[in-house]
Amino acid sequence: MKIPDDNAEHVDGSAMMDVLCPMHAVLDSTGHVVHAGPTLAKIFGNTPLIGTRFAELFEIKRPRTDGSMRMLLAMAGAKLHLRMRGAQRTHLKGVAVPLAPGAAPEGGALIDLSFGISIVDAVRDYALTSSDFAATDLAVEMLYLVEAKTAAMDASHKLNVRLQGAMIAAEEKAYTDTLTGLRNRRALDYVLTRLSEAEQDFALIHLDLDYFKAVNDSMGHAAGDHVLREVARIMIEETRSDDTVARVGGDEFVLVLKRVTDACRVHDIAERLIGRLSRPIPFADRFCTITASAGSVLSCNYAHPDTARLMLEADTALYAAKDQGRGRHVSYSRSLRNDDENLGTAGAEVSACAACGGDTEV
Amino acid sequence: MHGLINRSIERFVRDTYGRDVWGAVMRRAGLDYIEFEAMLIYEDHVTRDVLSALSGVLDRAEQDILEDIGTYLVSHPNFEALRRLLRFGGPTFTEFLHSLDDLPARARLAVSDLILPEIELREHGDGRFSALCRGKEAGFGHVIVGLLRALADDYGALAVLEYKGGRDSLEIVEIRLLAVEHASGRSFDLGVGAV
Repeated sequence: MKIPDDNAEHVDGSAMMDVLCPMHAVLDSTGHVVHAGPTLAKIFGNTPLIGTRFAELFEIKRPRTDGSMRMLLAMAGAKLHLRMRGAQRTHLKGVAVPLAPGAAPEGGALIDLSFGISIVDAVRDYALTSSDFAATDLAVEMLYLVEAKTAAMDASHKLNVRLQGAMIAAEEKAYTDTLTGLRNRRALDYVLTRLSEAEQDFALIHLDLDYFKAVNDSMGHAAGDHVLREVARIMIEETRSDDTVARVGGDEFVLVLKRVTDACRVHDIAERLIGRLSRPIPFADRFCTITASAGSVLSCNYAHPDTARLMLEADTALYAAKDQGRGRHVSYSRSLRNDDENLGTAGAEVSACAACGGDTEV
Repeated sequence: MHGLINRSIERFVRDTYGRDVWGAVMRRAGLDYIEFEAMLIYEDHVTRDVLSALSGVLDRAEQDILEDIGTYLVSHPNFEALRRLLRFGGPTFTEFLHSLDDLPARARLAVSDLILPEIELREHGDGRFSALCRGKEAGFGHVIVGLLRALADDYGALAVLEYKGGRDSLEIVEIRLLAVEHASGRSFDLGVGAV
């Protein structure tokens, strides 16, 4: 704000106030505006201020008031929350003081306004420039800060997005079996921990390829790798997208089927899978013939599913399937545990579909 | 050095000379990455190595390049945000010059770990000023020459800038303001940059 030169030597009160508080208004004893600072006049544009009642220009939202001069003076010195009437409805802060006795207009008040937190919108809406603010006003610094912080946050945000992308890629790599693209043991542990923490039911199938070593030995590692990739593709095809298929050893796989609580359904899935894996896999001009054995458990059969125990008992079922001649699936049941103890004697009694027999309680 | 400074050098080279030149600069500097992150901190020698590699690749004196970087920062559309932040320094070029002393504090307010050299403006009358730059690294004075020259243009002022040399960590830039309103500068609205 610049003091007009012709007034420089004897600045009258209102000219002085225009420099110090360009958003102030002087009200007479009836609450009509008799003088408005230059910035206040600018934001009202063509709306005449002089002679208009202050309460018609602004609504005092807090503290509650009837808009009368008496109440305004009663709130002298207190922080006022105001809203401009009219199109923009800009929020402002203000403070009123009674004019000194003897100062014109008698019984009047001076009210100074500021944009407060709505400064960013106000500067844009009213096309304000730095000369519309008092030299000591922090408004321009505030605008600088908003813009600088927005730019800095933007740069930080970009960095975060890039770091997050790199993190996801690294995690993906850490959780993936590079040969088959299936999940690895680390991913499996993570999935099982998450499921048991969330107390979500699932079926766990432990599957082991039969005669894979023979393929590797007789046809070479390239054939073996090809078989593993084909097996992975078949297992992905036979499961749903939110199931987990992990390669946990050379020719060992674990499938986690979410929300599955029916042993017969698991048996069907496992048998279908084994059926497809038993078909000869073409490689170069020859065929690789393997099959698979599988054992499974259902988390819903355990009061407190412990992932280590589930893995162990699926393993027990898997070995029962191998004992029974391979190329088949066995659901875990308590009788298998007894078989462990009397290995070789009772094994033959376990049906390949023990689950369908109903003996699944653990 | 703050990543913002290294990133500025990178953007200058890429926007002015292209991606291939930038790749050559980074290889010559012995760095095994190609991009700087604006919001990370790098070791000081990285900036020195990049500038010296840049000088080698372009076959130009380092001080001329630094001056060009200063000009680029104010005048290139990709750095409009920085031009705007600088223009908050004052409504006229003279007022901007008076705000130079606050420049490091303004930078810190925006990014708390961005340390810029201290700048002290001395006024000698008749539109003559000198800016004293004190920083850890020499060379910032050349950036200031380019930056102030471009900013004078931006404000529409006519000013002559001259690097008056440096000793140890102190560099002096002389500013002669020939006309405050020489031409119409570029506009600056307080309100357009904020979201």
